[in-house]
Amino acid sequence: MAVTSPTVHQKQKMNWTPYLFLIGPLALYLVWIIGPMLYTFYLSLTDWDGISPEAKYVGLENFEALFSSLGRRVPSAFEYSLSNNLKWLLTFITVPVGIGLGLAMVLNQDVKGDRFFKMGIFLPQVLSLPVIALIWSYGVYSPRGGLLVSLLNMGIDDPPAMLAEKHLVIWAIILAAAWRQVGYIMILYVAGLKNVDPTLLDASLVDGANAWERFRHVIFPLLAPVTTIVVVISIIDSLRSFDMVWVMTKGGPANASSVLAVLMYIQAFNNYKMGLGAATAVILFAISLVFIIAYLSRVMKDELEY
Amino acid sequence: MATQTETLSGVTTAAVNRKKSNLLGRIALYSFLIIFTLSYMTPVFSALLTSVRTQDDISLNGFFSAPREIVLQNYAQAWSQGGVNKYLLNSFIITIPALIGTIFLSSLSAYALARYRFRGNRPIYFMYVAGTMLPFQILLLPVFLLTNKLGLYNTYWSVILIHTAFQLGFCTFVLRNFMRTIPGEIMDAARIDGANEFGIYWRIVMPLTVPAIAAVATLEFTWIFNDYLWAIILLQNDALKPVTAGLSTLQGQFVTNWPLIVAGALIATVPTLIVFFALLKNFDRHQFSGHDDGF
Repeated sequence: MAVTSPTVHQKQKMNWTPYLFLIGPLALYLVWIIGPMLYTFYLSLTDWDGISPEAKYVGLENFEALFSSLGRRVPSAFEYSLSNNLKWLLTFITVPVGIGLGLAMVLNQDVKGDRFFKMGIFLPQVLSLPVIALIWSYGVYSPRGGLLVSLLNMGIDDPPAMLAEKHLVIWAIILAAAWRQVGYIMILYVAGLKNVDPTLLDASLVDGANAWERFRHVIFPLLAPVTTIVVVISIIDSLRSFDMVWVMTKGGPANASSVLAVLMYIQAFNNYKMGLGAATAVILFAISLVFIIAYLSRVMKDELEY
Repeated sequence: MATQTETLSGVTTAAVNRKKSNLLGRIALYSFLIIFTLSYMTPVFSALLTSVRTQDDISLNGFFSAPREIVLQNYAQAWSQGGVNKYLLNSFIITIPALIGTIFLSSLSAYALARYRFRGNRPIYFMYVAGTMLPFQILLLPVFLLTNKLGLYNTYWSVILIHTAFQLGFCTFVLRNFMRTIPGEIMDAARIDGANEFGIYWRIVMPLTVPAIAAVATLEFTWIFNDYLWAIILLQNDALKPVTAGLSTLQGQFVTNWPLIVAGALIATVPTLIVFFALLKNFDRHQFSGHDDGF
């Protein structure tokens, strides 16, 4: 009795130590991240213009205004943004992921000097997005003396100005962004491949599987956890895209290269429609949330196995 | 492995043939890799080439003409007249305090989450993990308003604070997972020796966490240094802008001089490149948050 009572007492006593460690960082996080997030939800239900002292509650009007602008003969800025984000997302989860995985497979078969190749392909990832945007705008796409235009000039008489052409502009930007993304994906897959158990590959070799069968039935399924992370990261990155578009075109010509993040910026900071901007941000958040939850459930699963 | 066994049994003609096709395969592989990597870096080469030419030379003679002359004045001009020197300094003034702040604060929360059982542990951890994926746009307006209210708008502090807060999520995630791998016996021993909780965190756990801190700090350095969005939202005064935002000013100031703009952009990449090579070295020696890295 005398031995157990102190432990019982100790268990009942609240241990404040972890809370003391947490209070500083949590306070900062609540003030700068969680609070602002909630406040955006509130703003999205108002018609605030950023200047008047009072914001009028308007219910879902901002959302209605955005969604009712879909399907017009001349696409609205919102429609352009939504479809451009979708194009960005679909490209990101296929092209850089495919190329990155392919390169990782090639570099995984003990290539000499693999670090040189990895560094060369990873290099763009180190550069900031505005720098990438400037390099492609002036070095590659510039209508007079850019690399691409000079290349096309050899075949076509009047090569298009990539960033001024309504139908091409978003693809030109996505191409530059995907170029930066490949190295990142490759590195994630190279890391994943290092963890693939070689005895499983030997077993499939004994079974007479060819290279493609080995990849299809052994390696790719084993890489599933990496693929989940890669796809989620690609989606989140494509939804966050702002810098490239803002530096290269500011969403133009005539909204053709706008994305939700750019639209939100223009609504809020150029047109003083804070409510509408907040509503656009909420829509962007809602789309992201699906993938945040997918990612979180992955982390939670790891956590339970731990 | 495969080649070694074949060399040993390389007497039969079949094996010799296979070795030959292997060699051809290797040649094909390396040619592919060299051509791919070099063409992959073409935009970088073309930027380098653009930056050492004059505007007239490029627009008159086109990209593929031999440069009339190699000029370095674009770099010098971007550096001094373009103000890249000032912008770079601002980038450091913003990045370094934010980096120290976020690493220190996240190590506190990581320690609490890794080493204590308490109500709210899991929810707080998952909140941080989810926070790393938030689109910035959901924070933009209120943070802009908050800095105005606090009188921090258009000061270094506005960007420093938002970076410190936003990066807490990722740093806590990585450091917490690393701290969980430290054996509990070490801490128990210190406790018996009479160390208090903060002492255990600061003198025992932190020194053991240095490899993870080094890895996460190099990543965070590039992320904070490369930020553009917060800088253009929270800083209005050109004299305060970091280099990412400063490049836009440069773009406006020298509209008709692309080589100079490109030169400025290339100077801006030097700090992150240096950190990238430091990061490579770090990744060589240490495992990063329990996962093997790709280099």
